[in-house]
Amino acid sequence: MSYITKPVARHKGDRTNGLGLTTRDYEGSMSTLCAGCGHDSVTAALIQAFWELDVEPHRVAKLSGIGCSSKTPTYFIKEAHGFNSVHGRMPSIAAGANAANRDLLYVGISGDGDSLSIGLGQFCHAIRRNVNMLYVLENNGVYGLTKGQFSASADIGSKSKKGEVNRQGPIDPVSVALTLGATFVARSFSGDKQQLVPILEAGLEHDGFAFVDVISPCVTFNDHVGSTKSYAYTRTHMHEVVQTDFVPIRSEIRTEYAEGTVREVKMHDGSSVRLRKVDDDYDPTDRHAAIEYLGSVADQGEIATGLLYLAEAGEDLHRFSATVDQPLVSLGYEELCPGSEVLREVQKEWW
Amino acid sequence: MVTSGDFGVNDFAFKVATVNGTGSASANGLLLQALFRMGIPVSGKNVFPSNIQGLPTWYEIRVNKDSYTARSPDFHLVVAMNPQSYGRDIEEVVSGGWILYDDTKPLEEELVRDDVTFLGLPLAEMCVREFEGSRTRILMKNITYVGALVALLDIDVEVVKGMLQEKFSHKQHLMEANFRAIEMGASAARERFDCPLPIRLERMDATSDCVMVTGNAAAALGCVYAGATVGAWYPITPSTSLMDGFTEYCERFRVDPETGKKKFCIIQAEDELAAAGMVIGAGWMGARAFTPTSGPGISLMSEFIGLAYYAEIPSVFFDVQRTGPSTGMPTRTQQGDLMLTAYASHGDTKHIVLFPADPKECFEFAVAAFDLAERFQTPTFVVSDLDIGMNDWMIPRLEWDDEYRPDRGKVLSAAELEEAESFYRYLDVDGDHVPYRSLPGVHPKGAYFTRGSGHDKYGRYTEGSDEYIEVVDRILKKVESAADSVPEPEVLAGSHGSNGAGPSSRGELSNGAGPTSYDARYGLVSIGGCHWAVLEARDELTRRGLDVDYLRVRGFPFNQTVEDFLVGHERIFVIEQNRDEQLRKLLTIETGCPKEKLTSITYYGGQPLSKGHVLEGLAQHIDVPPELLPAGAAP
Repeated sequence: MSYITKPVARHKGDRTNGLGLTTRDYEGSMSTLCAGCGHDSVTAALIQAFWELDVEPHRVAKLSGIGCSSKTPTYFIKEAHGFNSVHGRMPSIAAGANAANRDLLYVGISGDGDSLSIGLGQFCHAIRRNVNMLYVLENNGVYGLTKGQFSASADIGSKSKKGEVNRQGPIDPVSVALTLGATFVARSFSGDKQQLVPILEAGLEHDGFAFVDVISPCVTFNDHVGSTKSYAYTRTHMHEVVQTDFVPIRSEIRTEYAEGTVREVKMHDGSSVRLRKVDDDYDPTDRHAAIEYLGSVADQGEIATGLLYLAEAGEDLHRFSATVDQPLVSLGYEELCPGSEVLREVQKEWW
Repeated sequence: MVTSGDFGVNDFAFKVATVNGTGSASANGLLLQALFRMGIPVSGKNVFPSNIQGLPTWYEIRVNKDSYTARSPDFHLVVAMNPQSYGRDIEEVVSGGWILYDDTKPLEEELVRDDVTFLGLPLAEMCVREFEGSRTRILMKNITYVGALVALLDIDVEVVKGMLQEKFSHKQHLMEANFRAIEMGASAARERFDCPLPIRLERMDATSDCVMVTGNAAAALGCVYAGATVGAWYPITPSTSLMDGFTEYCERFRVDPETGKKKFCIIQAEDELAAAGMVIGAGWMGARAFTPTSGPGISLMSEFIGLAYYAEIPSVFFDVQRTGPSTGMPTRTQQGDLMLTAYASHGDTKHIVLFPADPKECFEFAVAAFDLAERFQTPTFVVSDLDIGMNDWMIPRLEWDDEYRPDRGKVLSAAELEEAESFYRYLDVDGDHVPYRSLPGVHPKGAYFTRGSGHDKYGRYTEGSDEYIEVVDRILKKVESAADSVPEPEVLAGSHGSNGAGPSSRGELSNGAGPTSYDARYGLVSIGGCHWAVLEARDELTRRGLDVDYLRVRGFPFNQTVEDFLVGHERIFVIEQNRDEQLRKLLTIETGCPKEKLTSITYYGGQPLSKGHVLEGLAQHIDVPPELLPAGAAP
């Protein structure tokens, strides 16, 4: 029995959001992941983000590929349609779905095996195509369901549970996303909800492909000494270069920063993202500088986190396809069929 | 007496041999179009290389007053413009035929045949004299051979000029150059040869209800008329022109005149895997979505096809077959994907497949495919081939019923979901094996998890045997029940339709039951583009008193008419274009007919089937009148 319905528990005093919903209303089924799995913390952060943004549950489309990470869409928003597709191919499903219905809020959950090995091509092309979605990569450096093989994000020198040392260089999804022109690139840690929630919120509001790499340790196969994706290692080596605050429309700014350290970026819906540089010489709006800086942080063995790069989304799939504003699925057949008269005319060209 | 078939007025075949990339395609199109406009039934086969420039290429034209349009390999005239392929081209002319060639350079002696007439014209020299610039001279050489054919075959020069006027109405200098080339070729031919040749043309009125179009263009238009809004693809010969056509028609008929915005979205994917994923994503959202591809693409899409099958997502796949396996011969035709499409993907799968025989059916079956995909919530294939897809075919004018509305199948609206007590995606509520479907974003009650992993009838993940079996068994019954909804096979029994000249029938989409008893001993079964050669062969047999019944499969799963036909004959000959007898195998697997009863006649060399293949194949097994067989082909 792999399917466990989660009872909806309501408590007096649960806070409600603008739609009158509590965080419970954004939950899904009971998780079947290992106790302590980083992915469950990401799920919790997502639930928090959706709730805070007053998202209508049934207007969300949640998609995934295959793997532990890809199970997680089951664990949030049960009133949203979900699609657990095939290994590494979620981006194409999301692109087609988005092409057909641009009005939904798309969230794709993937893993390092799913996005960086079998699905690296689709991941790259979703960035290039700028599919309007939040893309979360739950990154643990290991294949969990097949019991502990290294993934393509495993660092050189990282040790497997059986003691094997990885010698192949990692594919860093943040560098890939930056290089390919993604306009929203972040990295966070499943163990840092404070940091993760505002990043997810900003990503959901971003009008284009928003990429969030979340270091999300695997407690069963990759949380030991010698692993560079363990809780302990990530905590010690995490280096927050930008602090992010997401300010919904008409909300008050919650944190005060010293003048000159904060850059405010307006989102398309009127909300804003406030980025506070922790590192003085870091500019989260300069792509080339960001690539260089992140490389130097990595060389020092540290994991740069925060909303690392943010720009105007530019042309997305719909803008460069010049599609109509309303979702294609909402067009009536009468608007789509040219009719018998046109067929007669067209055939005059057929000699 | 020529060795194979009579020829003469409005009944012959000829072939133009040129170099790829020299502009001969438009000259050959001009020829085909001119004959069609003279009211003469005609068919053209472009035999081209996988190459941009430099390799030999051929264009074959068959003229037939009785409207037989299958390929004829008996060329009465070869226009040999490519010294690279002289040897083969000269060899292919029937005894008593003609060879028009460029005698600017003399022909090597060993190429000369004494049973054919060589017609030499110094085309290159004439063009050097008449035109400036090497590119113009090369292009005009093509138009000059068209001019020579105007005289040799008695093509109506006014028709040719009319077409050039339409084509170059805004380019006066090009029109004049083309006119000059036509005149130059025609007068040179008249000066030197006795024009016209015995093979020649006479105006007819046999094409006024017809159009000339490729299967890919017709299928593309079918997608527009079906209301498809999302097309995803990866370029691959010979399917590329299908998406080119869809793009062109959408740009014309689907752009909002006020905003300039498009009521369609076409995505050129990174590969065929992604193209299939996009179609499935869009189908999940409720859009009519499709992808055109060829066999190699279907191989790559197979994983996703299984997902769409198991998760029950409407999706339409066009497979314009080419010669396999692997890369095979990308510019040659075959029917090698019958088994592949019928059962694409791992695990137990079975799909709805439609087999058009010409561009008319490409149009109609495209529309039918979207209806079937949505009614049965499953991947649906339209399987044509390079010959149907890329060559120009003469077909009856297409018609459209403005009353048509898409069959969206069982899709629940927001109001229906609101009313419903409960909704479970994979529950067989009506007992017809087709569950109700909800679309994302419509209503919270409609939410469910679409997955390719094991699920029970409520849509929940399962690894339980009984729950799993219940769902996959229902899906099998669902797909099998589509047998009565796919296009009915075309059945020609007795001497029906073959009393007069010309192909006896053209199948209509109908769902009536076929005959259940037959008088003839033998039955022919065929599929797709084989139809026209089979029809021609059968008509010849019937005219000589040998009655053979004929059934053309148009859809899979097979319905009762197919089974009755197999049962109703002593012996069945299955005619198809692949090595492995794929149709015969499918018939054996899917019907109760013992396999010994089915004999295969296959041709799989990459050219379209011709009646000779059929008659020679039959002659291996039954007594075929020897006059129908090429010399030396009798058993």
